Amino acid sequence: MALGTTTMTNDTILKVEHLSMKFGGLMAINDLSLEVRRGEITALIGPNGAGKTTVFNCITGFYKPTMGMLTLQRRDGKEFLLERLRDFEIPKLAGVARTFQNIRLFSGLTVLENLLVAQHNALMKASGYTILGLLGLPAYNKAVDASIEKAKYWLDKADLTDRADDPAGDLPYGAQRRLEIARAMCTNPELLCLDEPAAGLNPRESAALNTLLHLIRDEGASILLIEHDMSVVMEISDHVVVLEYGQKISDGSPDHVKNDPRVIAAYLGVEDDEVEEVIAVELEGGNH
Amino acid sequence: MTAATETGHPNVLAKAVREGIFAGVISFFMFLLFVGVETYQDINNALVWRTRWGLLAIFVLVAAVSRFLTVAFIKPHIDRRKLAKAKSGVLEVSEQKNFFHRHFLKIALIFLLVYPFLSLLIVGKQGSLKYVDNFGIQILIYVMLAWGLNIVVGLAGLLDLGYVAFYAVGAYSYALLSSYFGFSFWLLLPMSGILAALWGIILGFPVLRLRGDYLAIVTLAFGEIIRLVLINWTEVTKGTFGISGIAKASFFGIWSFDTGSANSFVKAWGLSASSVYYKIFLFYIILALCMLTAYVTIRLRRMPIGRAWEALREDEIACRSLGINTVTTKLTAFATGAMFGGFAGSFFAARQGFVSPESFVFLESAVILAIVVLGGMGSLTGIAIAAVVMVGGTEVLREMSFLKAVFGPDFTPELYRMLLFGLAMIIVMLFKPRGFVGSREPTAFLKERRAVSGSFTKEGHG
Repeated sequence: MALGTTTMTNDTILKVEHLSMKFGGLMAINDLSLEVRRGEITALIGPNGAGKTTVFNCITGFYKPTMGMLTLQRRDGKEFLLERLRDFEIPKLAGVARTFQNIRLFSGLTVLENLLVAQHNALMKASGYTILGLLGLPAYNKAVDASIEKAKYWLDKADLTDRADDPAGDLPYGAQRRLEIARAMCTNPELLCLDEPAAGLNPRESAALNTLLHLIRDEGASILLIEHDMSVVMEISDHVVVLEYGQKISDGSPDHVKNDPRVIAAYLGVEDDEVEEVIAVELEGGNH
Repeated sequence: MTAATETGHPNVLAKAVREGIFAGVISFFMFLLFVGVETYQDINNALVWRTRWGLLAIFVLVAAVSRFLTVAFIKPHIDRRKLAKAKSGVLEVSEQKNFFHRHFLKIALIFLLVYPFLSLLIVGKQGSLKYVDNFGIQILIYVMLAWGLNIVVGLAGLLDLGYVAFYAVGAYSYALLSSYFGFSFWLLLPMSGILAALWGIILGFPVLRLRGDYLAIVTLAFGEIIRLVLINWTEVTKGTFGISGIAKASFFGIWSFDTGSANSFVKAWGLSASSVYYKIFLFYIILALCMLTAYVTIRLRRMPIGRAWEALREDEIACRSLGINTVTTKLTAFATGAMFGGFAGSFFAARQGFVSPESFVFLESAVILAIVVLGGMGSLTGIAIAAVVMVGGTEVLREMSFLKAVFGPDFTPELYRMLLFGLAMIIVMLFKPRGFVGSREPTAFLKERRAVSGSFTKEGHG
């Protein structure tokens, strides 16, 4: 397949082709190709050090890939080559939002302010790059009201309305995770990239997260997530991609993947003939 | 627990006696050589020493007795009060503020508006020169500078140690353009601001990638470069001699404050000649400039750009993940902060009538930064209070001639300025590590506006 010649059908939102990322002598990702389909939850799983977060950082512009092409197609048909955009242009132009493995909230800003900062670009435009806004024109005030309405909507969805006026740093861990997702959603993304959203959550918070993710998908955003917690992955994802040592070892539906002997071997480090016995253990007990 | 907190309980008393004796012994050895022994020259100019056991005994006694009293009575008393408060179940957070607290800003503004006339009334024309100029104008210049720097340091979290450079750009813009081209103050005031903002952007570009200590060093270097250029570019700036005879600001072009001129302000109003009118006029200009700075800062904080500045201070990477262009955000912070520095600079030149590189040394940057930090980064009220304390404190020190009676005629209190500042800063930072006003006002709210405690906000990493 020649680079740049593939055409995308509209049901593919992100196409990663021959992605490689080298850090010095280390090949963190080696010739990885994958697709994220529109309106689906795609999970990227793999053992520690498999290169999942590196893929994320390439997609969201925090790393420039050594090689490869990342094509994102928006709903209106516009295509963007993510590796050519600057990091802040990826959320702004291509509609890709992300969260972080170690939560990165604006802890000294209130929950509401966090959601308003996320609408920066829309509000900047409405305020005439600050100049018209300083004059207090009605068009800007309308945009401010709209931004607060949108923040309220996501506060409600993330079950944070009661804490709207509290500093983000004051929230419990699970609420911070939900706030980070709500904040990403306030940028109006078409593709939401979540880096281990369920890490450190208790079962109840984890269930609330699943509901939130399903809701986001039903609203039309596609989700790409990294996850360690197998129960989350199997329950919510429509499509699973498994990485090991920077290479794709399996790709398909959750059922297909969990029965793939290569995946089981990668996770448990066992011989292929022992695989059958451990599938059950693996799926019930998570990946601990 | 209750037994230990009771006053007069043998355990507490015994402990207090022990600690008192201990404090006495330590202070005895500490002060033995400093206080207990004194050297002097006798009649033959030989250096001899004598002992001052009495004085030493006083020092030791004061230390021992106050330690004893603290442990035996004051501490148990404080503990009891805390316990009683905890038992009563009333939280210390008082929602009710008294009248003065609630209307503090209005009261302060009204006071500032009548301040020049008040001083005229109380101390007369000649006396009020000092109060309007040395106290009023001087403090307000620093308030404005600190509010300008607050945008860069307090909101955007970019540590700028060379802020005085923009002050210099503003001052020299006015001095040079008015003496070479004869432009008026009212034309040059906005121009100085724009030029300073331009220099803010010029400084901003190379330091975009730098954070924290590295940013601080480069901005420091920038401040020094500007000063050295002013010293060495003698054909234009007249070097260390400075530029003198800078035109005064006129009353919006209607009246002039030059004594000899035809449309002189004093003549037009039939007043007796005095420089105090010009000073009062300047006072109101700088007051208006300060109000402008405050207004713009307050408005900008509620605009997307202001929120982006604060978000940048909290987490730059998260900003980029939300599509915020951190380059332009940083540059606008530098430019806006620099612009107010430029305004203040051109005002400074008009007020002094003389500028030289002497006025723009690193110490000025440090004092302005100290005001911002002391006041509480981001808080306009706190910074204004800090400016009054630091700059007003300096001026008050000059007035303290009575100290000569205590410390002898050679004592010049101004010389101890930096020593006292250092001490004051350490004390304030010990008790209020986030500055006078450590909390931050949220820019938007759903139900109620609750101040965000300083323990959540970050200082920024450059």
